[in-house]
Amino acid sequence: MNREEGIVLKRRYRVERLMKALVAFGTLLAFLVLLLVLVYALVQGVGALNPDFFLQDMRPPGERGGGLRQAIVGTLIVDSLGLLIALPFGLAAGILLAEYPDHPINPYLRLLSDTLNGMPAILFGLLAFVLVVKPMGGFSGLSGAFALGFLMIPILARSTEGVLSLVPKEIREAGLALGLPRWRVILSLVLPAARSGLITGTLLAFARAAGEAAPLLFTAFGNPFLELNPFKPMDTLPLRLFNFAISPYEDWHRQAWAAGLVLFALIALTSLLARWASRRF
Amino acid sequence: MRWLYTHFGDRIFAFILLLLATGVMALALLMAYELYRGGSPVLHGFGLLGFALDTQWDPVRGKFGAWPYILGTLIVSLSALFLSFFPALATAIFVAEYAPKWLAQIINFLLDLMAAVPSVVYGLWGIFVLAPWLRDKVQLPLYFWASEHAPALLPLLGVPTGYGLMSAILILASMVVPYTAALARDAIALVPKEHREAAYALGATHWEVLRLAILPLARGGILAGAFLALGRAVGETMAVTMVIGNSHKLPYTIFGGAATMPSVIANEFTEAVEDLHLSALIAVGFLLFLVAMLVNFTAAYVLRRQERLVKGAL
Repeated sequence: MNREEGIVLKRRYRVERLMKALVAFGTLLAFLVLLLVLVYALVQGVGALNPDFFLQDMRPPGERGGGLRQAIVGTLIVDSLGLLIALPFGLAAGILLAEYPDHPINPYLRLLSDTLNGMPAILFGLLAFVLVVKPMGGFSGLSGAFALGFLMIPILARSTEGVLSLVPKEIREAGLALGLPRWRVILSLVLPAARSGLITGTLLAFARAAGEAAPLLFTAFGNPFLELNPFKPMDTLPLRLFNFAISPYEDWHRQAWAAGLVLFALIALTSLLARWASRRF
Repeated sequence: MRWLYTHFGDRIFAFILLLLATGVMALALLMAYELYRGGSPVLHGFGLLGFALDTQWDPVRGKFGAWPYILGTLIVSLSALFLSFFPALATAIFVAEYAPKWLAQIINFLLDLMAAVPSVVYGLWGIFVLAPWLRDKVQLPLYFWASEHAPALLPLLGVPTGYGLMSAILILASMVVPYTAALARDAIALVPKEHREAAYALGATHWEVLRLAILPLARGGILAGAFLALGRAVGETMAVTMVIGNSHKLPYTIFGGAATMPSVIANEFTEAVEDLHLSALIAVGFLLFLVAMLVNFTAAYVLRRQERLVKGAL
């Protein structure tokens, strides 16, 4: 190798090292904010967490103590109702897309479902406002559940389709060969075979909706008191966190951090549960 | 009975599926229709373009123009996309090419986590950590420097409050990283290994393999990821609302407050008492619907073309 080639090679190696360093640096940069957010939520949130946080309702500013029981209970109720609304539609759309690939409406269904999937969450809130809040004459937990349900439908449809398409076709063929009609094959063979994936998809949709505040601003609306009646305005953690964060009160800011931590824990827990479910069942 | 179970059962089952799926399709169409209908008093009164391009938004005097919000959305989401592009691409390359398996698993988990952390939690951090820090450590020094050495810059910089375009862009940029990164990662992983091996066989270094054999083929996937991230950025509501300062006074400045389409809906909807105001906000929602649809269809189109390209390369 002559000298000139050696220089070129050295330069190429230098570029190689430089690029490797740049890639590593960019990766660190990408996670910087996430890690900072998590560290702050942990440090600031743990201080405000105590049993009262889960057992008592919120207090007016200036009064120390209190918790966010009403928001935690509200989150669970509104999100569960939303899931109940979304599940039949999401599952059916997913089954239709995966099990009836030649169905004439599938291209339109996929197009519209994907359109919904890309829509900003706040638009689901607007839709629920027009469709539920206005006819019912007021804000309510139920309208919030509809907003979250609308949001979950395309997510569920997509995950169901993906999971069902992973089920080996031999299972379907075996069922059909035994003389089972198609609907029994789907209900008794395909869905059970895919159940871990279905559970994972459902949990992930639930977690996604649990963190949403935007669609609930003008549907569930928020409520400082514990409310179990879904026809009345209800509180949820993301909503309460937002209201506390933009308030001028120190006590509420502390509670907001705690709410952020609990919200994060709830979502991390659901995601972990989803991962566990995908291996366990 | 037998016939009922086999033949009729299939019919009923397919019919129920069809009915529910029609509900899903109706939901998408209803969204477009209801947003249009809800906003029609304003859309008809001012005209779609007149409404979109008018700069005046004054609920008290009943004047509504959405241009400040459209402009704000464009500035914030495009800048956030631009800022997030390098870290996202670097993460994708790192995961797909450099990282050992255990590290790649951790990074993939963190990417999922980044997409799963609720937007209000990012916003909370933005309000109490990012914005004050930016104000004290970045904006004020810059402001004082500019007032001494380059007063011409001052109108461009605006009031250094911390809550404004800059904070919104930064927080949004860190939120949309996973969308670009995930699609870019998958696109890189899908490049046929013959391409990689051919480049290695010619004596290319790892970076040269990436630049010459892998990234050009993965370009479509990376682009689709960027569009997907843009779609998310356009619709992101809570985190942006919490730090952007919510001012629709044009012209926008780098430090000063601004507003986006989702942020104005989130801010004013529950306070809108007059029907025209409410209808103007729903009309903004309709515009947001159109923008989001455009961005997402572009992403889907680019991704489909990419899939054909990779298949063709095999």
